[in-house]
Amino acid sequence: MNSLLEVSGVSVSFDGFRAINNLSFQIGPAELRAVIGPNGAGKTTFMDIVTGKTRPDAGRVLFGEKSISLLKRSEAEIARIGVGRKFQRPTVFEDQTVTDNLMMALKAARGPWKVLFWRPGAAEHARVRELAARVGLAEALARKSGELSHGQKQWLEIGMLLAQEPRLLLVDEPAAGMTLAEREQTTAMLVDLAKTRAVVVVEHDMEFVRRLGCKVTVLHEGSVLAEGSIDHVTADPRVIEVYLGR
Amino acid sequence: MIRTLLAAVLALTLASGLARAEAVGDILDTNKALVEHASRLTIGPVIDKLAASGDPRAETLLKAWGDKLLGLRKSDGAFVLLKRKGAAYQLTQPDGTDVGMAKRSDINILRPNAGVRRLIDGALVEFQLSSPDLKTRTEALSIIDHHPEAGQLKPLEASLKAETDPALRARKERLLRLLTIRFGENSAKRIAAINSFGADTGLDLRGTLNPLLDTHRIIAKAGEKPKGNIDRPLIPGKTITTEAAYDLLVARGEAPARQTPTARRQALEAHIEGGKVGGIPLAQLSDPEARDRAYAALEKAGQVPRAATTREVRAAVAAHDYWVVYAEADPAMTTAAKAALAKIAVKVDAMQALDLLLEALSLASIYFLAAIGLALTFGVMGVINMAHGEFIMMGAYTGYVVQQIIPNYTLSLIVALPLAFAVTFAAGVAMERLVVRHLYKRPLETLLATFGVSIALQQLAKNIFGTQARPLTSPDWLDGAWVLNDVVSISYIRIAIFVLGLVFLCLFLWVMKRTRLGLELRAVTQNPGMAASMGINPDRINMLAFGLGSGIAGSAGVALGLYAKVTSELGQDYIVQSFMTVVVGGVGNIWGTLAGAALIGSLQKGIEWLNPSNTLAAQTYMILFIILFIQVRPRGIIALKGRAAGD
Amino acid sequence: MDFLRKNPSVLWFLAILAVFTLAVTLMAPGTGSGAISTSFVKTLGKTLCLAMVALAMDLVWGYAGILSLGHMAFFAIGGYMIGMWQMYARTEEIVITSLAQSPIPPTATEIHQGIASQIFGVVGSSHMPEIWYFAHSLPAQLALVVLVPALLALVFGWLAFRSRVAGVYLSILTQAMTLALALWLFQNDSGLRGNNGLSGLQNIPGLGKVAQETLSVWFFWASALALALAYLLLAWVVSGKFGSVIRAIRDDEQRVRFLGYPVEGFKLFVFALTAVIAGIGGALYYPQAGIINPAELAPIASIYLAVWVAIGGRGRLYGAVMGAVIVSLLSSWFTGGRVPDVPLGFATIHWVDWWQVLLGLAFVLVTLFAPRGLGGLVDLVTGLHPPRRHGAALGPDSGSLQEREAQE
Repeated sequence: MNSLLEVSGVSVSFDGFRAINNLSFQIGPAELRAVIGPNGAGKTTFMDIVTGKTRPDAGRVLFGEKSISLLKRSEAEIARIGVGRKFQRPTVFEDQTVTDNLMMALKAARGPWKVLFWRPGAAEHARVRELAARVGLAEALARKSGELSHGQKQWLEIGMLLAQEPRLLLVDEPAAGMTLAEREQTTAMLVDLAKTRAVVVVEHDMEFVRRLGCKVTVLHEGSVLAEGSIDHVTADPRVIEVYLGR
Repeated sequence: MIRTLLAAVLALTLASGLARAEAVGDILDTNKALVEHASRLTIGPVIDKLAASGDPRAETLLKAWGDKLLGLRKSDGAFVLLKRKGAAYQLTQPDGTDVGMAKRSDINILRPNAGVRRLIDGALVEFQLSSPDLKTRTEALSIIDHHPEAGQLKPLEASLKAETDPALRARKERLLRLLTIRFGENSAKRIAAINSFGADTGLDLRGTLNPLLDTHRIIAKAGEKPKGNIDRPLIPGKTITTEAAYDLLVARGEAPARQTPTARRQALEAHIEGGKVGGIPLAQLSDPEARDRAYAALEKAGQVPRAATTREVRAAVAAHDYWVVYAEADPAMTTAAKAALAKIAVKVDAMQALDLLLEALSLASIYFLAAIGLALTFGVMGVINMAHGEFIMMGAYTGYVVQQIIPNYTLSLIVALPLAFAVTFAAGVAMERLVVRHLYKRPLETLLATFGVSIALQQLAKNIFGTQARPLTSPDWLDGAWVLNDVVSISYIRIAIFVLGLVFLCLFLWVMKRTRLGLELRAVTQNPGMAASMGINPDRINMLAFGLGSGIAGSAGVALGLYAKVTSELGQDYIVQSFMTVVVGGVGNIWGTLAGAALIGSLQKGIEWLNPSNTLAAQTYMILFIILFIQVRPRGIIALKGRAAGD
Repeated sequence: MDFLRKNPSVLWFLAILAVFTLAVTLMAPGTGSGAISTSFVKTLGKTLCLAMVALAMDLVWGYAGILSLGHMAFFAIGGYMIGMWQMYARTEEIVITSLAQSPIPPTATEIHQGIASQIFGVVGSSHMPEIWYFAHSLPAQLALVVLVPALLALVFGWLAFRSRVAGVYLSILTQAMTLALALWLFQNDSGLRGNNGLSGLQNIPGLGKVAQETLSVWFFWASALALALAYLLLAWVVSGKFGSVIRAIRDDEQRVRFLGYPVEGFKLFVFALTAVIAGIGGALYYPQAGIINPAELAPIASIYLAVWVAIGGRGRLYGAVMGAVIVSLLSSWFTGGRVPDVPLGFATIHWVDWWQVLLGLAFVLVTLFAPRGLGGLVDLVTGLHPPRRHGAALGPDSGSLQEREAQE
């Protein structure tokens, strides 16, 4: 299987502290993957590197069929190439309506000039309505997103990610602060999304990961400790030591 | 006439040289005409003779002459020394005999002009050099220092042996060597004197050496080398402009003057005939080439003087060579002087670098003082306090008010420093409580609100203290400067500011590293949320940090007030530089502020040194540099890294 | 027209501006009853120009969140560019007239040198600096009114945004830029007459025969037209997705990057566009003011601009105009010495002295208690209530982080 994202030999250090140490990672074009690890394992830094927020000291990050290197590119370019990122806390533009938020995220030209002359047509409005319906915000289109509840903001952000139509979706602890029902809904949605694109879920919660039922990568001290099914990695003595040992 | 007189004088001088200790009165009488109408050009031999007479009265007489206390009695034309006694004068003969009183109108007082007086002073120097009075001897040396004369060489040398005061002796020795460079009897002695100084940086030495290298420009036929001590050739178009070279020729009368466009225009205007000049219609004369043709036509007709055309100028210039020639004839002398000056220049450059360093250090400490409080509030709270400059001003005015109450400057300074701290601390806390506290999550609005406070405070200061500058006088022991040598010196106030900066640095470090408050401050700086959950009250810490930062600004204000005048704009003058210091240095670290102040201070001085005529441009370049610097290090020289930096 | 229907405030604004212009025209001495003086017409015209920069400031600060303390520099540059042509052309008229008296017609060089020594005699020079190369040409200088601010904004903005300087750092940096420019202009050899600046700008070359009272109305009309056009343009810019994006950049720049928008490009675009508007405003302002000198670029001027916008209300275009008009008119009223003093018994308040104090305090109060500024009054009338924008505090006490800050 040829991979969508290929990270190899990546290292990065902050003030002498090696946050990521010779990390290698691959994911296919339509795959769900969970990344777990204890605090400080480098999960967030890994996402920062892929999305261009942090520049690694060494290594390669290649994306897509043409193996485009992501290293020299800005966050915005990487996002345009097709990497979407969902933050742990919902970040929507609270001053603007749900429609505005979704409209902004819709896949379209991103340059200032193009944006200046871009006006939404009927197709775009229909697409926004469809997305809003999908994330349960059909009734709230005209509301300012700052008025939404915490959970609704989470959904709005997911809706915005869908509007971006990314080929790779990085999701940071999606289950944090959700009720049980919301978790199940989220699980179903992630599994569904992974049918058409690659989804990487960074998660603490083993139970949630088990429910995703996908391949798991365990990070520890900046490199891959183990990889495989959830049962395989939880049986690994090193993983047990890392999670329970100390 | 003068020549014969001179010859006579000379003969007399020679004759008198045989008879020792000729009476000064006789000398005066012999040269009566010369003395009466003394002129700088002719009186020299008479003065020399008086000085060399050996008569013990010579000094008194010369002094009286120089002080306009020598006169001629109208009744018999005899020389008399005068002493004012009320409205009349007490008269004394040159030999010291008292000859009674006389009215002002009975005497012709001799009034030697400045040139003659200088000659007299020069002659007097000889006596003064060996005077038993130390002060007189010192004065004599000053005269030599200011008006070196060839005649001083011998007396100075003679007085050296008997000199008892070691400091004066050293000075005499130095002056002797300087005089030798100027007036030594042969080149060998003069060169030896030059070399004896080595790389001495004294201004007096440079003042002596530089005239040796005086040059002038001369013209020679092309290919001919002129006589004299040649410095270098001048090549037209390269080391001298063609115009300047031509002007040299004009000055020598070897070529007609170049014509200015105005002169040409006037010449043409003077020859308008029937709407035409030189056969060319007026309307066409807006074209410079038509004017050339018109002038040529007039020239041909002999109506205007010949004026050099560009081609003629070029030809004339090419026909000659131009040289720079030393006034000093001996090449060995000029070489030695050049070598000595080069040696001195190297040393002076080093000294200047040191001086520049000191100045940069002093400027850096000023910026540091002004910025330290700002850095504190910015670092701990992420708040830019635009009113910081007004706190500096407030401190300076506090110092001024204290001086009005306590007249002793030292005491008032000692009172003012902590008082200014207290006043601005209170003002800072008040502002934090009333304004800043409500805006912590809106840094840009804090900037604007504090700016509102800033304009209000500034105008308030204007309303209370008026617009004119108020003096903040420093105590006597801070006056003057610490002079290392002719090049390096630094005023005591600057040293005091430097020391104050050090004191604040130490105080700050002590507070930060050794006290509970410091610990809490650092905790809040790094992670306010975490600090709060550890039981630190960030509200209190913010308030104290703001007060502390403002208090330091106030104390700094006293120091800056001593250094500059106290006006309501005092703070404004430093605020932008303070911002720069904080931005360049990096936030949340006192060493960053120090580094920022050092960088900005030395940069400003460095640019001013490169372009000394233009301090405005220096500031422009400095700001441009800072804008570019931010490109390289957006978070300053010393930046917090990793997650603590908050991005 | 869909745009106007969705933004009724634009129509309101244009209508009010039209009524105002008409009223001034009817009262001006050049065109109407003369109920107001020529100098007051000029003051009103200048105020409209200031409102135009305030609009620009609102776009760059209120919408895009860049607190620029340098827009008055662009304003002044616009003034300098038009002033150069005015001074050159006026001096040319004078020089040609005086040279025409002499019997021989002047050469081009003579005229040129005459102009140069007329203009630069005051700074001890008779040489025309290179930057006056286009000064003879009105179209060229008009182009420079737009180009120079745009270019400066592009270069500066590129440097600043590229290195991700933001927030108060950026404000300080823009202030430094303004100061650097002002200090440079203060030099005599800057080529723009040092601290003498450019003067006599109230005389328009070629219009020497037109009386000032007529000219003042013409300039007033031009200012009103320019303001209307700027308002329309900016209202259009912020109405669509572009406005959405720049407001999003103001609120969370990093998130916008992850949406794929080149944040730096947008900021640069806004910075340069507003610089151009400011430049045009300046080009209309200074011929009415009559003189421009480097003091106009003092950093304080740009801060006052921010004050106007803040008092008027950020993030809404009419707020900026309201702030600029009200504060600058009040300011000239108070500092003009026409406000009666207030005797307090123990002291008398001279408004000339106390206006700045009042303004400073008013500004603090507005920032504290009415962050929406005067524009907030409009909301009261129309009954709009914006949502609370800030998340709940994470920690138990007020010093702790709020959600929006803690996310990274």
